Parts: sequence; C-alpha cells; structure tokens
Amino acid sequence: MKALTLPGRSVPAAGTTPRPRRRSRRFNGPLLAGLILFGLLVLAAICAPLITKADPTAQDLTQALLPPGSRGHLLGTDRFGRDTLARLLYGARIDLRVGVLAVVSPFLIGTVLGLVSGWFGGWFDTLVMRIVDMVVAFPFFVLVIALVFALGPGTGSIYLAITLVGWVAYARIVRGEVLVAKNQEYALAARASGLPTWRILLRHLLPNVVLQAIVFSMSDIVLSILAIVTLGYLGLGVPPPTPDWGSMIQDGQQFMLTHWYLAALPGFAVVITGLALALIGDGLVERMNLR
Amino acid sequence: MSPLLEVEDLHVEIPLPHGTLHAVRGVSLTADAGEAVGLVGESGSGKSLTLRALLGLLPQPARISSGRIVLDGVDVTALPARERRRRLTGAMGMVFQDSLTALNPVMRVGAQIAEAPRRKLGMSAAQAKARAVELMERVGIPDPERRYRAYPHELSGGMRQRICIAIALSGRPRLILADEPTTALDVTIQAQVLGVVESLRRAEGVGLILVSHDLAVVSETCRRIYVMYAGRVVESGPILDVLSAPRHPYSFALLRSVPDPDAPVHRLLTIPGQPPDLMETAAGCSFAPRCLFAADACREQDPPLVALPGDRATACLRHEEADRWSDLVAGLATVEEV
Repeated sequence: MKALTLPGRSVPAAGTTPRPRRRSRRFNGPLLAGLILFGLLVLAAICAPLITKADPTAQDLTQALLPPGSRGHLLGTDRFGRDTLARLLYGARIDLRVGVLAVVSPFLIGTVLGLVSGWFGGWFDTLVMRIVDMVVAFPFFVLVIALVFALGPGTGSIYLAITLVGWVAYARIVRGEVLVAKNQEYALAARASGLPTWRILLRHLLPNVVLQAIVFSMSDIVLSILAIVTLGYLGLGVPPPTPDWGSMIQDGQQFMLTHWYLAALPGFAVVITGLALALIGDGLVERMNLR
Repeated sequence: MSPLLEVEDLHVEIPLPHGTLHAVRGVSLTADAGEAVGLVGESGSGKSLTLRALLGLLPQPARISSGRIVLDGVDVTALPARERRRRLTGAMGMVFQDSLTALNPVMRVGAQIAEAPRRKLGMSAAQAKARAVELMERVGIPDPERRYRAYPHELSGGMRQRICIAIALSGRPRLILADEPTTALDVTIQAQVLGVVESLRRAEGVGLILVSHDLAVVSETCRRIYVMYAGRVVESGPILDVLSAPRHPYSFALLRSVPDPDAPVHRLLTIPGQPPDLMETAAGCSFAPRCLFAADACREQDPPLVALPGDRATACLRHEEADRWSDLVAGLATVEEV
C-alpha cells in the first residue's frame, strides 16, 4: 500500500507517529484507588513494628479498656489491656496473608481443571462438573466450618478447607470461558497452524480466560478473609492469643454497649480490605472491557 | 504428477438429538500447487465445513463420515490422528473471515506471526522475529518493526486481515485455505487484500482455496471454480467457462442474481424458496424444488456429477439444454413485466 499524502501537508516520518494510546488505559480510577488502598494495608501490616512499639499480646490489666486517644494507646486497649492498634496491625499480617494465600491454591487447581475440562470435554469434563455440583450443593460456610472442625483449628486447616471448597468457583468460571473461547476463530487459527495442544491452552486460551478468574479471586480474597474472621469468631480460627480481626470482634462484642469501638475497629478493617479488593476487581473488569 | 491436494467423495455428518444432519455429501475437488480454486455457494451449502474438514477443525460434534483427503499422493485419512494433523497443518495455512476474532486479543500481532516459525519450523527467537517482520512487510504493512508490538485492537480491519494472511503464511504452507477472507472488509480494502493474496500466490507458488459467496471476488482471483449447493458440488470447471456458459441451473441462477451493467435485461432473477433441509434425504436432485427447468425425472433420480469436455463437470440431468436457459428466462422476465 502506498502512503497517500495531501498537498501542503507534511507527513510525520516513520517512528514519530504517536504510539497507540495504551499506557493511559493501563490504570483507571477504581483500579488505581484499590491498588493504593490495598498497598497501604499491606504496608501497614509489614511496617507494624515501626508504627507502634506496643506488643500485641502483652497484657496489662491496670490499663484495661482504655478509650481511644489515651496516652500511649492511640486506639485504646481491650479487656486485657492489650493495645488495639498493635492488635489491628499484627492482625492484618495474619488475616491478609491467610486471605491471599488461601485463594492461591483454589485459583490454580480450579483454573487448570476448568481449562482442561472445558477444552477436552468428554468423561473428564462430566466427572469434574459433577464434583463441582456436589460441592456447590452445600453452602460455602457450612462446608468450610465443618471441614475446619474436622481438621482442627489453625491456619493449615483453614488453607485446606478453603481450597477444597473454593476451587469449584474457578473451575466453573474458567470452563465457561473456555467453552466460549475454544470456538472463537483465534483458537481455531491456533489449531490450524498445528501448534501442540498444551501450547494452545497455555499461550492462547489461558490469557484470554484467566482474567475473569482473577477478577473473581479479588472478591474471593474478601470471602476467605471473612471466612477466617468467621472461624476466628467461632473459635475455630487462629488460636489465641495471636491477634486476628475475627477473634477481636468476638472479644469486643461483649462490650458493645460500653466500648463499641472494640468490635467496630476490626470490623472497619475488614470493610476497608473488602473495599480495596472490590475496587481492584471493578478496575480489572473495566480494563478488560476496553479491549 | 499427482496434484497437491485431492479430496475424494468427502462426507461430513453432524449428529444431532433428532437425527443426523448430512452437511457435506460427497464433495470432490483438487488443488494444484500455485493454483487458485474458488468454492462458491450460499450459506449452509457446506463450503466452510468442507474447508474446515481439511484441517481437522470441524466444530463439535461434526465429523468426517467417509471420503479421502489425499495430500501429495498420500491418503492422510488413513494415517493416525497425530500424523494426519502434522501433515495437514504443515502443508496448509488458513485465513478466517473476521480478522478481529481470528487474532488472539491479548497477544501482540508480531508474536502471533512468529509463533509458527518458532514452534514448527524450529527457528530461534531472533530468526522467528525477523521472519515475522519480513512477512508483515510482504503483506504490505507499513512500518512493520513498530506494528510488531501492536495488539489486534490497535489495527484497522484491513491491517488485521493482512496480519492473518501473514500468520497463515508463517508456517511455510503450500496451500492457503481462505474462508470468506474479504467479506468483513470495505470494497476498497477487499481489492487491496485480494491483491496481496494474488501477488503472494504468484511470487511464492502457494496454492489457494478461496471460499466465498461473492462471485466477483472469486472470478477476480481464481482460475477454477466449484459451485456448491446443499452439501454437494453441482458444477465445476474453468472459471471463465462456467461464468459465461453455466451448465447447472443453480450456477445459472446465481449469475442471473448478480447485476451486470452490460446486460440488456434489467430485472434480476431471484432463486425462489429455501435450500433443502439437510436432515432429510429426499429422492431426486436437491435443487429441483427451486429449479426453473426441473422435469419429472429430476424429482425421481439423484443426478450424478458427469464430466463434460473442457475439464468441466455438472450434476444436472438437463445440462444439454443449458444453451436455451437464457431465452427461457428472458421470456419469463418479459411476461412478468407485462
């Protein structure tokens, strides 16, 4: 094709034409806000010893139930005189880590199973989907609580229980996306060029289907943090005296009428975390739609 | 020497809950090295399925029920699946109708072109990239070095279709299968893309099977034509002969439905009715219910594809009367106008 030029107009030399606008689309409002908020939470959890000198497990009954703003205890103390700010920050370490890690293995297992069963179909697909149906038949929390109860409290059991129950969502999402994508012409084109199946799956299909799973994983982290908090509230979570938002809420609720902030502050932390992750999820959806 | 590709009596069936849809019913065609062959017919005539069957890309649950695909004199249908796939995908590249869906949206176009050279031809990453840039240049993409890093949505439709052609060529095929490659493009871009295909065919000796419902596109590009109707080839032959003197009422009617600025008749002919239901196998010629010239014999006996002089073939019982068809229709048109 020959370049058409208009008389009296200079044509920019090759290489100086503006690059297609892509950078500006990389981040959008919700995505940026969510990332900053979540980044701050992670930073606060990592820098906990720098922010407060207080030990989250040190008890001092003479300083019990101080209100926020007390000297030496910015957010007050609980009934054992433990510093609330320190407990919130160290609790974030546990809850964020367990929340994020608890999503990793269900994400991986579910994505791989969804990819394989969606692409190949047949008996494997039927088998996987019937197992999914069985797991989905039970409410999420009922199954997780039952499993942790059977396995015994602790982070190990929480990971295992959430993995056993959580992978089904990813398998369903990815399988559905694969069923759509595998009949798209780009998947046919990849097959037509004779590439090995594993390569078509990993290089062509996975990047197109995994975004939905990533978006879901954002809300899933919130769900797993809520699960940990719920388990902590039920006494099945992280054993005391390790700080954890769930057990803090449980401890605080007995003082709801006199010291409402003891339950409200860790609750607020859960809300902020959920908000940050929801914003990231929304931002990712928006970015995807621009494609 | 045996032709590059020979398809013999290909049947494709689609098993459905209420019965079997017989979508391709005994298609035979040949394509020589460097030759451009056109496959025309209306939607549902089985032309796309025929093309897909060649590469083993039939949509679920369609399958080849019988027939032979002979590549370089070797019957690949007899080979194990893996070997068949290797041979067919090695010899053929495919261009799809919609370049937006035919390109992976989250992969840079350059990487998509470089993939086959890297994985199939065993080139190094640098060699594969150089080949991709060279191919992009050859299909007429300006500033290929920079476009290499573009994503499909950043390119125009014409550019994307050129990328698709480059991808089809990237594995060094000897035959390009093109499924309505210009249907989604503007007429001016169509001409450019067809020009690219044509010059590549001449320069590299790559054969072409072009599927289209657009007679103009096929007549501009191809030397030989196969007209398909209801899953069968109803007429074949050198394109100029078929277009000037069709020997099957369907190709005749197709040609009459396209406006010809030089012809004195202004009324365009339409083909009444619908293509037949491919679930049923009624006796007789499948075009008979819509045919202007059908006789009783046409409804009783399935006309075989008979060879005619001049490398032509037709599946019409009354092809000997073909020369009179124009007069018959001319009479029809005037009666209607009165």
